[in-house]
Amino acid sequence: MAPTRREFLKIAGFSAVGLALPFLPSLAFDQAGTPTAGSSSPAVQGPLPALKAKRWAMTVEPRKCRPDCTDCIAACHLEHNVPDFRNPKDDIHWISLEKVEHVFPAETHPRLPESITKLPVPVLCNHCENPPCVRVCPTQATFKRADGIVMMDYHRCIGCRFCMAACPYGSRSMNWRDPRPFVRKINPAFPTRTKGVVEKCNFCEERLARGILPACVIACKDKALAFGDQEDPRSDVRLILDKCLSLRRRPELGTGPRVYYIL
Amino acid sequence: MLEKALRGSRGYGIWVAFLLLLVAVGFFFYLRQLDYGLGITGMSRDVSWGLYIAQFTFLVGIAASAVMLVLPYYLHDFKAFGKITILGEFLAVSAVTMCITFVFVDLGRPDRAVNLLLYPSPRSVLFWDVIVLSGYLLLNIVTGWTVLESDKKGVPPPAWVKPLIVLSIPWAVSIHTVTAFIYSGLPGRGFWLTAIMAPRFLASAFASGPALLILLCLILRRFGRFDAGDKAIQTLAKIVTYALATSIFFVLAELFTVFYSQIPGHMHHLTYLFAGLNGHHTIARWMAVSAATAVAALVLLIIPRARKNESLLALACVGVFLSLWIEKGLGLVVTGFVPSPMETITDYTPTGPETAITIGVWALGLMLITLLYKIFVSVRNEE
Amino acid sequence: MKLYNRGMVIAGIVAFLIAATFPLWYGRGKAVPPPDLKLDTPALERLKEKRCIESTTYMRASHMKLLAAWRDDVVREGKRTYTAADGRIHQISLTGTCLNCHSNKDKFCDRCHDYSGAKPACWSCHIIPEEVR
Repeated sequence: MAPTRREFLKIAGFSAVGLALPFLPSLAFDQAGTPTAGSSSPAVQGPLPALKAKRWAMTVEPRKCRPDCTDCIAACHLEHNVPDFRNPKDDIHWISLEKVEHVFPAETHPRLPESITKLPVPVLCNHCENPPCVRVCPTQATFKRADGIVMMDYHRCIGCRFCMAACPYGSRSMNWRDPRPFVRKINPAFPTRTKGVVEKCNFCEERLARGILPACVIACKDKALAFGDQEDPRSDVRLILDKCLSLRRRPELGTGPRVYYIL
Repeated sequence: MLEKALRGSRGYGIWVAFLLLLVAVGFFFYLRQLDYGLGITGMSRDVSWGLYIAQFTFLVGIAASAVMLVLPYYLHDFKAFGKITILGEFLAVSAVTMCITFVFVDLGRPDRAVNLLLYPSPRSVLFWDVIVLSGYLLLNIVTGWTVLESDKKGVPPPAWVKPLIVLSIPWAVSIHTVTAFIYSGLPGRGFWLTAIMAPRFLASAFASGPALLILLCLILRRFGRFDAGDKAIQTLAKIVTYALATSIFFVLAELFTVFYSQIPGHMHHLTYLFAGLNGHHTIARWMAVSAATAVAALVLLIIPRARKNESLLALACVGVFLSLWIEKGLGLVVTGFVPSPMETITDYTPTGPETAITIGVWALGLMLITLLYKIFVSVRNEE
Repeated sequence: MKLYNRGMVIAGIVAFLIAATFPLWYGRGKAVPPPDLKLDTPALERLKEKRCIESTTYMRASHMKLLAAWRDDVVREGKRTYTAADGRIHQISLTGTCLNCHSNKDKFCDRCHDYSGAKPACWSCHIIPEEVR
């Protein structure tokens, strides 16, 4: 899917030429940067260089969320062809909104103000430093990349669901049945999944490769989500992490989540 | 020797045909499951393992229990078991076959099962479980069959079998230990995260397996013209008694730790299991049956006069089997998922097709037991 | 050596041989015409030199191996470009690169796959752009 105009503006500082490029494949540049005019093959690479990091991380500031806003979910699920079964049994989601008491049960007590307890808290795969799902997978269908992203290889997954039992955050979903008829609007640039495999958030690695930030981050008009390299002191996430107390889900388990919450 | 399974009485034929019918029904619904996906079962995003994996867990125990015959006979020369060690080994063969079948029918993409071997992952407990289970299956087929064949020829078993039989003893412990590690090594599931998971599994295995063996021996005495001997059966009954007592003790130890420490994340699961949580009582009702049966069976088994009464012993064994089947074949797996990491309670109810497939796999195992025991009895009766 | 159950054994062997050779004698004499593959898509018409990313011989024999390697490159290695033997660089994408030229999947891919009885599972996940539009 070609990135929308707004997404480009968000990436900031990109010229009008940059905006026009993805729609003119014949003028696209190859890796060396030389035009490959005349070739019918599509852009070898997007107009932007791939985003790279030592350790991708995300910060979430639920206080910035508008009530009843579900833009992050909609954007993610549209981008990744996540089906909508409209029933909890078959449910598949990559990102969802939960209550504080369910996301941070250990931090919840009866005197929490309503301004906190009513907050919608976006939850997604934590892309753990020490992921139990990767440890238990019997086929290495799920694995951790060098940049910390915990990936799924849908070609290899046998659907044993050991990873779902191992994930302490409930971040994984199983394709209990053929998802394709339940994808509302298919994005041809991203595959659907088949019945019988497990899926989850991939930190939009396919967008990062095209130089674009994750769909949920771009979709959030309230800037409640930030994304960047936690090893880079000038990254968006570090600017937030460096100045206040951040929480991670169930840190006592030693999984090392890389989604940080500011509450 | 295989041909001996082909000829038998009318009752034998009807029984095998009945089991075949159940297998066929199960297979039919498995084809439906292949077509529709695992959504045909009652499993959900929250409770992502159900009846299949629970049966697998329970049956690993049945398989491991063969060691309770092999160990006394081969390491301590306990002669009374000499006649029936092969029964234990054949029971193990059937049980492991069922285990492997249950894991297979639980796969979302069975067509890719070979990936387990193409991409071996030594960090995954499931990888090791596949190895120990297939190894155990092979060990028991080879040793059981070879010993029986020597019996038929009236010669002592070849010398190379003995080391394999001795190897099968620690191997039996390993299959249930590794299976327990599947659960007890997961950081986020408080219910399973307990170091006594493996000991608990072994204790309940050494109760349910020998209980089933006693029942099978009693059936063989009645219908199969084979007498295992009172001494063997009574010794097995004592094994069941001690193992059941240990198993109950382990569960009580678990309950103490959880409810005295009062860590909510751990308490929720056990409350759900034994008392029900927020109006969800289905599992708790089953567990009440399990607990009551276990205690009643233990009482019967502890009283020597009751234990020596064949009908009461049979009743107690049915109780032990039923109780531990509910505990492991129903409660243990599902409760690990309830409440979910998001603290929601999702009830799990097996669907019709799921139950039919489960019964089909059980029927397959029972048929294997029937055929193998038929061969065994025919060979023994020839002597 | 005496053969027991001679009748049954021989009948069994005969039945097996008939079943095993069934495809051979069933299809005898019936010539299925070789697939007629179309290379007349707009994208291909525009090309000066009709050349796939590698030589036709290589593609015909080994496209499945190339695709399997591409799959692992993208998913597991995060490598998204492929340098062909002639030095050209291509983006690794089944729908974006392959189907961009071969936009007539039904008249190109499918015809040969049907002919040879190959049933690749690609399309249960990857999307044929034509079908979505």
